Amino acid sequence: MLAAKVVLDQGVDVEGVNFFTGFCVEGHTHAIRKRERSKAKRNNALWTAEQLGIKLHIVDVIDDYKDVVLNPKHGYGANLNPCLDCKTFMVKNALTEDLVTGGEFDFVITGEVVGQRPMSQRSDTMPVIARESGAGDRLLRPLSAHNLPPTLPEREGWVDRDKLYGFHGRDRKPQIALAERYGFNDYAQPAGGCCFLTDPRYSSKLKDLWDAKGERDYELDDIMLLKVGRHLRPALNYKLIVGREEGENNFLAGYRHRFPHLRMVSHEGPLTLIDGSPNAADLTLAARIAARYSQGRDAAQVCIDACHVGGVTEQFVVAPLAPWEIDPRWHIGP
Amino acid sequence: MSAHRLDTSGLLCPLPVIRTQDRIKTLACGDTLTVVASDPGTLQDIPAWCRVHGHVLLESVDQGDRFRFLIEARH
Repeated sequence: MLAAKVVLDQGVDVEGVNFFTGFCVEGHTHAIRKRERSKAKRNNALWTAEQLGIKLHIVDVIDDYKDVVLNPKHGYGANLNPCLDCKTFMVKNALTEDLVTGGEFDFVITGEVVGQRPMSQRSDTMPVIARESGAGDRLLRPLSAHNLPPTLPEREGWVDRDKLYGFHGRDRKPQIALAERYGFNDYAQPAGGCCFLTDPRYSSKLKDLWDAKGERDYELDDIMLLKVGRHLRPALNYKLIVGREEGENNFLAGYRHRFPHLRMVSHEGPLTLIDGSPNAADLTLAARIAARYSQGRDAAQVCIDACHVGGVTEQFVVAPLAPWEIDPRWHIGP
Repeated sequence: MSAHRLDTSGLLCPLPVIRTQDRIKTLACGDTLTVVASDPGTLQDIPAWCRVHGHVLLESVDQGDRFRFLIEARH
């Protein structure tokens, strides 16, 4: 937002590009969880574009982004976050989006600041993004330009370098002060917090998914389901996704025709999807686990329907597991 | 001018907006697109997207579990 405003104020035409990778924290997550619904929902990229008075291209890159997540040339950060490859991908795709929409733009700007992020925003890695994206010196970082060599738009006088900034490091006070000067008192979450791949729990679930599949691959539904519910793997051949609240139960219900699932009959309780191929004994254990998270957790017995794909339903009457019977190792990404 | 329809039910934001954006690009100025969605987030996002791009939101209807938007394309 700030980087765009700095350049807009120099009379440059700016349009925004927002990429939907499937790992975005906003949007989906807010829509799923009922407790999030009390908050005003908005797409921050759209909201920002509206505040700035610029157009915004929202681009679905779910399929193309897979290669970034599965085969990052520069590796991962602390979790499964391929930040350097991700930034490179996005700058490259911003150039592509411009070509697709008419090739009217001369350079790309980002809000990156030297030293702000440990992987992708370092003085030695920011030139890598410029080089490997193909943007070269058409990539301008207005907030940190004074820490970097002059780019083409600066050398050509398309933007005045003296009116750019030299922000550096993790401290965001200079950005906050600049936002105040512009009268921005509401802005999106800083980088890093907007991507599930920086989340250790989510990353554990993604690793488990790959282990269970026997290959490093995913579909959109796979990565969506990792955002929702408690994930427990009592055995290698199946895992359970247990809704934690009404919003999640409703979301999981959308998958009930594609996954076997457990539905509480005698008590209120979560919807539980079963991902894998459980045998009869596994189903009994799964029902006892699901019962543990129901209103019948303290009852002697709980009645549960196991609904198979295709419509066949088996009814189980089971004793809920006691808390100490839930093996902590079953929890994926606790 | 012609009328078109797009059903994004089951998709969560921003996908309904992306599908709307991609469909509108194929329409002529003055064509209308009816978008049906199930994600309540569209109540904010689709009007915001129309405002940002200058398309005219003729109607926005909250039907509880479904949301319907009538958009006139302006290019």
